[in-house]
Amino acid sequence: MRRYVGKRLLQLIPILIGITLLSFGLMHLASMDAVDVRYEKQGTVVSEEVKAQIREELNLDKPFLVQYGLWLKGVVTGDMGVSYISGKPVFETFITKLPATIALTLTSILLTIVVSIPLGILAAVKQNRPLDYLIRFGSFIGNSLPNFFVSLLLIYFLALKLGVFPVISGGGWNSIVLPTLTLSIAMSAKYIRQVRATVLEELSKDYVTGARSRGVRERVILYKNVLRSSLFTIVTLLALSIGSLLGGTAIVESIFMWDGVGKMAVDAITMRDYPIIQTYVIWMAVIYVLVNLITDIVYCFLDPRIRLEQGEGI
Amino acid sequence: MKQALLEYQKVNICYSGTRVVQDVDLMMRPGEILGIVGESGSGKTTLIKSALGILGTEGRVESGRILFRGEELKTLSKERLRQVRGSGMGMIFQNPGASLCPVRKIGTQFLETMREHKTLNKKEARDEILELFEKMNLRDGERILNSYPFELSGGMNQRVAIALAMILRPSLILADEPTSALDVTVQAQVVKELMEMRDIFGTGILIVTHNIGVAAHMADRIIVMRDGKIIESGSKDEVIYHPRNRYTRKLIEATPKIRSKRRRPDEAGFRGNRIDQGIYEPKAVV
Repeated sequence: MRRYVGKRLLQLIPILIGITLLSFGLMHLASMDAVDVRYEKQGTVVSEEVKAQIREELNLDKPFLVQYGLWLKGVVTGDMGVSYISGKPVFETFITKLPATIALTLTSILLTIVVSIPLGILAAVKQNRPLDYLIRFGSFIGNSLPNFFVSLLLIYFLALKLGVFPVISGGGWNSIVLPTLTLSIAMSAKYIRQVRATVLEELSKDYVTGARSRGVRERVILYKNVLRSSLFTIVTLLALSIGSLLGGTAIVESIFMWDGVGKMAVDAITMRDYPIIQTYVIWMAVIYVLVNLITDIVYCFLDPRIRLEQGEGI
Repeated sequence: MKQALLEYQKVNICYSGTRVVQDVDLMMRPGEILGIVGESGSGKTTLIKSALGILGTEGRVESGRILFRGEELKTLSKERLRQVRGSGMGMIFQNPGASLCPVRKIGTQFLETMREHKTLNKKEARDEILELFEKMNLRDGERILNSYPFELSGGMNQRVAIALAMILRPSLILADEPTSALDVTVQAQVVKELMEMRDIFGTGILIVTHNIGVAAHMADRIIVMRDGKIIESGSKDEVIYHPRNRYTRKLIEATPKIRSKRRRPDEAGFRGNRIDQGIYEPKAVV
């Protein structure tokens, strides 16, 4: 197992080089660079000489590969560079934004699990009965509404009309409620359908009939056998969601002024702030590789067949 | 006269609106082995599943009565029916591994089944299981209990499935094509094991098979089904050696033979020897 984890972590190196090179290249394809964008945003006109001087300071005048090499050298030595726009160290900026994103990820994933797994199971157990139709209808609505619309509805009703929660993030505990609800509504709607489908599929399997024929209670069949088998699909879904949530949710973060990495990345892309973009890209790659690795390890515990197959190979 | 173990009275069963079992009457005595033969789709599996009430969402007993030890199953409460399942009637399925949850250890599944019917601790359960394994000549019991179904061969899984069905000592075992998914040598062993269950515990067995050889070898009485109806029934000798119905004769004649010369079933080893050795494998293909 340890060797397997080591091997997977080593795979990160080529992935990181490839992905950062690609994003570096893509940013350079754009016609404007950070210096142009900065002055355009400020509305000030400066001479080309000044711009050239700044470009020289930021190494933007160097050939593409040299720029990439310099950046890579910095990263390897622990220096992620400074933001072209704010002039602050990138790593510090990034680290200050991360807790907000992690908090939002945790709360929205937890709420999604708490809502969707019981409702999905309930819908499957009550298949084609009124409760199932009701849950499916609800999840259909949740699936159809885009995030920004859900957040506007929530702001309108819960913040403006009822005044229970703040419209924008003020740093208090209740600031996280509306963004969490927004994200969880869409995710729960998707998950309920998946959990229902998976549980239904498991319930139709022979081993369930076998357990029934031995007089095992439906509750035990459901929670000890069916749910255990269904966890495989649920874990896969969760891994994908956690990956994308940790990357930040630009729209929701922007609407609620939630100061996370998603908003930071969008701002950086608009301003061509390469060091920040590159740090964000590294973060995303690391997150996806780690989440995938953890998922694979969890799979081993959920399904003994995978454990052995992997055990032989590593 | 002793009370019937299982009785069907004018039973009609439909699947998704189509009637698949029609007007079936049958009676089994305790400790009896009754074979139901017929081609695929003749309604034999549906018939035995109806006794346990595991027809699924599409299947329904339309009319008639099914009685187990004198109790009409339809009138039982959910809880009483659950108790009957497992401790009164056990079932063995065609696909050996399928009746076992693939991601849980065999020992856990035994324990779960036992605890659903009686109170006992892990050690008591383990002792009881190992005792049964010993009676069934299942060696390496501890290893089996610590294994997952996929770690055992098909034949071994089927033997474990028999043990699991027998662990609560039901008085009736419903066996749905228990040998069809196994290779020939293992088939003989499973047949032998099932018969020993009757010898040791006095368990009645209702075996559904399309393999006349298996039915002829095991059963005391045989029922022939076609298109959901019983078309012939009688003692093994009557049905195998003196079939009255043309379809039954065709079914027996259609049994493939290993030797070129066509033989009567009894000549070719229905009595036991050859099937015990796993050499003769008659199959009814109609």
